[in-house]
Amino acid sequence: MRIRDSLENYAFVLPAVTIFSVFYIIPFIWIFQLGLFDWDGISFTRVFVGLQNFKEIFLQDKNWWQAMWNAGYITLIALTLQNILAFMLAWACDREIKMKNFYRVIFFIPPVLSEVVVGMAWRFIINDIDGANIINRTLTQIGLPNLVHNWLSDPSTALSTVAVIHCWKGFGWGFLIFLAGLQTIPRELYEAARVDGASAWQSFKKITIPLMIPIMVLVGILTVLGTMQVFVLIISLVGGEFAGHTSVPVLRILASMRGSRFGYACAQGITFGMVLIIISFIQYRFSKKAQ
Amino acid sequence: MRILFKNALLGIFVCFSILGCSGQKNASKPIITVWHWMTDRDATFQELAKKYEAFSGIKVNFELYAPSEAYSQKIRAAAQGVNLPDVFGILGEKRDFASFIKANHILDLTSYMEANNNSWKNSFFPKALAVDEFTAANSYGINPGIFGVPIDVMTIQMVYNKKLFSRLGLDPGRPPKTLQEFLDIGAKIRTAGMQGLVSGWGEEWLIRCLANNYAFNIMGKDKVLATIKGEVPYTDPDWVTVFSIFKQMKDSGLLAQGLVTMINKSAEQLFANEKAVFAFNGSWCVNVYKGMNPALEYGAMLPPQASDKYPMAIWGGAGSSFMVNANSKNKEEAVKFLIWLTGQDQQAYLAQATNNLPANKNSLSKIPEILAQFARGMDYATHPNIWGVSEFPLVTEAFDRGIQSIIIGEKTPEQVAGEVQKVKERQIAKKKA
Repeated sequence: MRIRDSLENYAFVLPAVTIFSVFYIIPFIWIFQLGLFDWDGISFTRVFVGLQNFKEIFLQDKNWWQAMWNAGYITLIALTLQNILAFMLAWACDREIKMKNFYRVIFFIPPVLSEVVVGMAWRFIINDIDGANIINRTLTQIGLPNLVHNWLSDPSTALSTVAVIHCWKGFGWGFLIFLAGLQTIPRELYEAARVDGASAWQSFKKITIPLMIPIMVLVGILTVLGTMQVFVLIISLVGGEFAGHTSVPVLRILASMRGSRFGYACAQGITFGMVLIIISFIQYRFSKKAQ
Repeated sequence: MRILFKNALLGIFVCFSILGCSGQKNASKPIITVWHWMTDRDATFQELAKKYEAFSGIKVNFELYAPSEAYSQKIRAAAQGVNLPDVFGILGEKRDFASFIKANHILDLTSYMEANNNSWKNSFFPKALAVDEFTAANSYGINPGIFGVPIDVMTIQMVYNKKLFSRLGLDPGRPPKTLQEFLDIGAKIRTAGMQGLVSGWGEEWLIRCLANNYAFNIMGKDKVLATIKGEVPYTDPDWVTVFSIFKQMKDSGLLAQGLVTMINKSAEQLFANEKAVFAFNGSWCVNVYKGMNPALEYGAMLPPQASDKYPMAIWGGAGSSFMVNANSKNKEEAVKFLIWLTGQDQQAYLAQATNNLPANKNSLSKIPEILAQFARGMDYATHPNIWGVSEFPLVTEAFDRGIQSIIIGEKTPEQVAGEVQKVKERQIAKKKA
């Protein structure tokens, strides 16, 4: 009977395991294997180079680490600015405010837009010669002409501008997940706290935050995974790597593929994947401790 | 219920039988499949396919996969899976082309080209055909031969807006010939508060293109190729002069704001909307500008010369080429179709419908004047794909990024020359190891 139960259980998980293996684990192993070769991606012959590609990534490829740093910077802004904004808006919409359904729809529009469309639209909003220059005009009109700037073509602001636009595009996902999480918190807890004389801030600190930690971790992990892989938005905003200032790992992988270094691109992909797994694992462990 | 189920099964069986029979019937007449990325030419290709079907009874399926980046990946994936179509184009550099040939994906067309006293070969502009040819001394290890068929021709030059030229007090019939004249116009542009040169320099390769033009002009072809071979360093004073030109252009006010992050589509919009005086673009722009602003008055010109020592060279040759899949069972029919497609009438039709330069030199008679100006640039045309040697990808990347850094004032020409040379030395050492 126990064997039959076990077999039944395995039968239920088998489709998921099969799909996960075929589409994730096997390709990952295969890409790792390709990363051990010098290969142009077209010919049938590959030259085995062992861990040489990985060695080059870790010890020589400064452009790769600059790209990782840039992606990390965008991610940091997304984790803070984007997620705090998403959380605050979700918290506001969870309360009894007017037109909250309207806000929910509005906040979810940016994430469903294509990154190319968002990039083109913001390029139009920001740029002066091929756009409407709205940001700079507004700054001038509100008496801040000293802040007028070529936001996308100045190396000191290009990456931050990309990061802020990415946050604008991405906060809707966090908003939606946070809102769903907030709605699972029993209202009785807040009522009981109010009866006990707790202020709104105390309720927020002692009820909302602790119960939302698993959701925050989930949103955090999704933000890291989504933001580290940003590249379409960058291409549509600044055309590419902009002398390395807007370079990100996926653009580096694409550059290797374009340069007929397919084996190296695979090694970069694996390295990047491992970094993301490690970051997610650390976040997960951190959340366990926090709980 | 059971009878209904049986009848449904019988119906499905009959349908599949009929479809199966129709498939066998079609097998006698092959269908040629062509993959391409040329959005602007797709409608014309479809028309030509209909004409070919009427002419030969053979159906040709043109399948469009855009944008070009996605197409490029699709072709590579198809090569790895050995399921390339009968005819396809390759986007990339000569080494990519060579890799496809080495993997036996591409049919050698030399014998077809040379049949009937080279009649097919002689119908093309020699520089267009050269892009698809591997000569005896090529460094890619490919047996000499012609492996592709040019469909159209392009040159990459400068264009200038005649109206804005007049507004600047310049003669629209006399574009700048020397770098100094060009830089002087930069000062006028700055004073007038206009935008100067626009181009897709955010996408990098167009920067390399202009830099190579000036390299040919300043040091000549032999020295450029010697640099690629590793015999001349990028720190050579001539190369520093090439890098310095970009600094001079920036300092003079010639370059439009945000040029280093500009995508070519934006550059084309700016020039077409008369917001920029100059553009650096390929001959395909004639069709683009016509679509955006049919009233645009502009002329084409060679990049102004920086030196009298060597002639100015521009990139040109085959704009796009088609290759025949060596493993296709329809390869003979595919070759016949390409012979027809590159015939005088079909090429003239393609050129008129899409405002691109025809690859067949006998089809040039009825093209607009602006296109003729681009065509005259073919006399100065060269292309990395006909040099027989190619630079390491990481060196070209350092080169492009370096020039971007010069334009944004982050690095000096000397610094960039030093950095490019460092990458070059590392790549040479790696290759030797």
